[in-house]
Amino acid sequence: MSDLTELYQEVILDHSRRPRNFGPVPGANRSARGDNPLCGDRLDLTLAVRDGVVERAGFEGSGCAISVASASLMTEAVQGRPVAEAEALFQRFHRLLAGDEGAPEAGGDADRAGADGGADGGADDPAVAKLAVFGGVRRYPIRVKCATLPWHTLHAALRGADEEEVTTE
Amino acid sequence: MAQPLPRPLRQAPTDPAFDVGRVPAFDAGRAPAFDPARVRRDFPVFTPGLFEPRLAYLDSAASAQKPRAVIDAVSGFYSSSYSNVHRGIHPIAARADAAYEAARATVARWLGAPRPRDVVFVRGTTEAINLVARSFLRPRLAAGDEVLVTELEHHSNVVPWQIVCEEAGARLVAAPIDDRGALLVDELARRIGPRTRMLAVTHVSNALGTVVPVAEVCRLARERGVPVLVDGAQAVPHGPVDVEGLGCDFYAVSGHKMFGPTGIGALWARGEHLAAMPPFQGGGGMIRSVAFDGTEYAPPPARFEAGTPHVAGAVGLAAAIEYLEALDPGGAMAAAAAHEQRLLAEATARLAEIPGVRVVGTAPDKVGVLSFVVDGAHPHDVGTVLAAEGVAVRAGHHCAQPLMDRLGLAATTRASFAFYNDGEDVEALVRGVGRAREIFGR
Repeated sequence: MSDLTELYQEVILDHSRRPRNFGPVPGANRSARGDNPLCGDRLDLTLAVRDGVVERAGFEGSGCAISVASASLMTEAVQGRPVAEAEALFQRFHRLLAGDEGAPEAGGDADRAGADGGADGGADDPAVAKLAVFGGVRRYPIRVKCATLPWHTLHAALRGADEEEVTTE
Repeated sequence: MAQPLPRPLRQAPTDPAFDVGRVPAFDAGRAPAFDPARVRRDFPVFTPGLFEPRLAYLDSAASAQKPRAVIDAVSGFYSSSYSNVHRGIHPIAARADAAYEAARATVARWLGAPRPRDVVFVRGTTEAINLVARSFLRPRLAAGDEVLVTELEHHSNVVPWQIVCEEAGARLVAAPIDDRGALLVDELARRIGPRTRMLAVTHVSNALGTVVPVAEVCRLARERGVPVLVDGAQAVPHGPVDVEGLGCDFYAVSGHKMFGPTGIGALWARGEHLAAMPPFQGGGGMIRSVAFDGTEYAPPPARFEAGTPHVAGAVGLAAAIEYLEALDPGGAMAAAAAHEQRLLAEATARLAEIPGVRVVGTAPDKVGVLSFVVDGAHPHDVGTVLAAEGVAVRAGHHCAQPLMDRLGLAATTRASFAFYNDGEDVEALVRGVGRAREIFGR
């Protein structure tokens, strides 16, 4: 069994205890709900998207440390970013957790279009760099869905007309 | 022990029908000796060195481990006695037939059913409940009728009833529990009305371990002419039951939770119900004669066993029951059950001592299950930390979302006990929960 400190890194514990951007975004024009019916995790994500840019992102809900921290760090990472870059981050995050650089996750053509669309999503941005703390989740396959739930929800909110509901099952 | 010792399943003194002379009275002070080290050797999964750290399997309420006797019975049956049942004329078919029907008799014995032909083999408790909802209840359910369940139920004792209720325009009603997780029997009685067509109740709660006073509940229902299905999935791994003494109409069990194979379970039903019920599924094996202008169905139990049954599963389930019967001289798991109760009491007391830990489900009658929450730590994270200590538990809503809603919780961590658990398992659990407190409890 691998060391738990690799999974529960201090950044993850911090964001799970004190989630950032918690609460609905005023003037939100995109939203989606994410559910993991197997474990009961639930996440309501709201976004204010103007001129193709994610100006504000906020979430509410309940879940394990991994899913709450992932949602918190995700909102920090995508705020102020063009939609295409946010989508590209979704793809990168997937690859980080799947541990497989080659295979794009299932999810339709829209995924692939965004995936290699150039925009690398600011690896020099500290908010993006922080996402690497989730690399330890890869060794706990059953917990990967906890970390990716917020990102699937983001993807649905960005793609969806207005209201979307996603589940990780 | 700081906490009073929970009583074993069959000795609820308020409920004399539990104990119909099959089990000696339980006395915590003179509980029979039981050596978990001896029984652990019967389970290949507990072979020392197989897991590092040592496996503390506290997830038997989800599914129980299998003794070598069960594995060997299934393997032996496939090796030397396998054939389809009910139709072959060759000698090996006779062996398979005999094994299958002997298994039915063994299951009937564990359930206290006088007639093996009232036992229908199914895939598990879920299928048993669906069978009753569909074949027994649906034809007698009309708009405005009611089906009564309790807040303790597993989804499998909610959703099948909900489906037929929706079809018929009937209403599903739930009897409440108190904050300890004990069923409020008076409240249940109040909800049995003139439109109540069925009562479905669990014997033991899978999420909290609450033992429901089923005999009393059945008596209340019978007085009002309401048939009762008992979900016995979490009861039969802890000892034999007596369906006649309980006074129920249907009793459903799963093989895999009582140390048998997956994919096999049993429904016991009163013979007069089975005789009057239409088939659940159509196919081979459930007919007397078939013509295009009409089919005559076989009598029960064959009428409800369409297709080739899980013969090897039935054989394995019978082997599990025979193993349980051999655990102590009384044949009723008295010593094993007392050992389980000691572990449950010890684990409950030890966890309750840890600051920030709250035990969920403190009904006076409990068996096998210890649900809890840890301040500041989500149950899934607790489960992950416990896993790192080799402790296998379940975290989540335990397929009982209405119960979790009632308790105001999204999820709990659940440790569940079987007779093969020991003090080391309890130590590992306590250690792991302490570790979870260190990581998250700030």
